[in-house]
Amino acid sequence: MATKQEISVTVNGVSYQREVEVRMTLADFLRHELGLGGTHVGCEHGICGACNILIDGKAMRSCLQLAVQVDGAQITTVEGLRNLETGELHPVQQAFIEEHGLQCGFCTPGFMMSTLELLGENPNPSDEEIKHAIGGNLCRCTGYENILRSIRLAATRV
Amino acid sequence: MKPAPFEYYAPESVEEVVSLLEKLEDDDVEAKVLAGGQSFMPMLSMRVARPEALVDLSKLSELDYIREEGDVIAIGAMASKSDAEDSALIQAKQPLLHAATKYIGHRQVRNRGTVGGSFAHADPAAEYGAVATTLDIQMKIVGPDGERVVSADDFYVTFLTTDIDSTEILTEVRVPVLPAGTGWAFQEMSRRNGDLAMAGVAVTLRLDAGKCSDVRISVFGVNATPVRCTDAEQLVNGQAPGDDVFSKAGESAAQFIDEPIADVHGSADYRRQLVNVLVARCLAEAVTRV
Ligand SMILES: Cc1cc2nc3c(=O)[nH]c(=O)nc-3n(C[C@H](O)[C@H](O)[C@H](O)COP(=O)(O)OP(=O)(O)OC[C@H]3O[C@@H](n4cnc5c(N)ncnc54)[C@H](O)[C@@H]3O)c2cc1C
Ligand code: FES
Ligand code: FES
Repeated sequence: MATKQEISVTVNGVSYQREVEVRMTLADFLRHELGLGGTHVGCEHGICGACNILIDGKAMRSCLQLAVQVDGAQITTVEGLRNLETGELHPVQQAFIEEHGLQCGFCTPGFMMSTLELLGENPNPSDEEIKHAIGGNLCRCTGYENILRSIRLAATRV
Repeated sequence: MKPAPFEYYAPESVEEVVSLLEKLEDDDVEAKVLAGGQSFMPMLSMRVARPEALVDLSKLSELDYIREEGDVIAIGAMASKSDAEDSALIQAKQPLLHAATKYIGHRQVRNRGTVGGSFAHADPAAEYGAVATTLDIQMKIVGPDGERVVSADDFYVTFLTTDIDSTEILTEVRVPVLPAGTGWAFQEMSRRNGDLAMAGVAVTLRLDAGKCSDVRISVFGVNATPVRCTDAEQLVNGQAPGDDVFSKAGESAAQFIDEPIADVHGSADYRRQLVNVLVARCLAEAVTRV
């Protein structure tokens, strides 16, 4: 049995075909094979949420999947959020800027992916619901208050 | 590359999985199955697990279902935990399982992690362990000799070990619908939201002419496997509900636990104290739901 396998996957609307080593994680595939470094890796074992991406619309850890498992999937990473034609930022990105929802920015792409799934399913979340949605994301800088504010603001615009 | 090298297989039917597992075993190849990977991927990446072959179950769409079969909710092993969380059927007919599901990790973990994986992984701190022994959930296991059904008490063997043999897989969990007139409660204590619990409790009970009956109490997070506290159950059965009897049951359950786990999250004494308090609180809460 081969240790490499061919996959085709759509990331941010672009389709890619690549031969990948079967033991490569999806996070490493996105970063090293596709050059999409916006998906960050913090802990690489599921705890921090920095590597969250959307697969078929659901937020998941890209460090806890193998690249071979996403054959045929639709993936969104932070690079796919801004409007590629106008260059305009996504309302969630804009809200994080306006409410200072980031400092170093390492955790931010992961928080935005959790936010996107939340607002997709629940356009008017309570603070409690926001806290549950981002409970799996760690931030070492902001103290979370401004992230909450950012998500509240984003909810009024998405 | 974080995980050590392995051969990767992604069969498309249960039948193929079983014959592949059998073949690998015959060839002396050490194989593991991968479901949602939310527990096993970290083990691969940290190289605490280094199987020679990985058999990925994620193409088994035949095991991705949640359906009602008479007075049982049948959940396919590959249904995701967020599907269980969002299931109107589970919410309406098995609220204890529903409540416990929401405590498992975070939404992003539940989106990928499977229901079957949480039973099969048998983490001592897994919420589903205590739910399984309280509700007497039946596990459907398929292997080379066909299908067999194991009840929760026989399913859990020890830390991260179940009755599933290396050439078998868990295909379905069969959860009895909560009978009308049954009260339930689920509570746990963890250091951080979504973390594995230091201790937790699942309770069901009924009231018969003002007296508690059919009391079932299970705790998790304190021993290698979930523990049913039968002494505490007996204390409460036949008694009118009240703080007095519930705190006695809490104390009894706490004493019933043999050598609680002690680790960086909590000492053995602390876990015993959690059991004491959580059992009493769950009993009181369950009564309000009868
Ligand atoms: C940040 C984080 C927090 C978490 N918090 C919790 C928590 O609070 N409570 C909790 O219970 N869990 C928690 N988990 C674990 C999570 O619930 C896992 O999803 C679950 O334990 C395993 O399910 P899985 O589908 O991901 O299985 P995998 O990780 O793929 O497999 C786990 C084990 O089960 C075996 N297995 C899986 N499916 C089958 C099957 N059908 N037949 C036979 N064997 C099988 C595998 O071989 C492996 O040994 C957490 C995980 C993370 C990353
Ligand atoms: S890098 Fe994936 S959760 Fe931390
Ligand atoms: S902004 Fe630095 S970790 Fe969150």
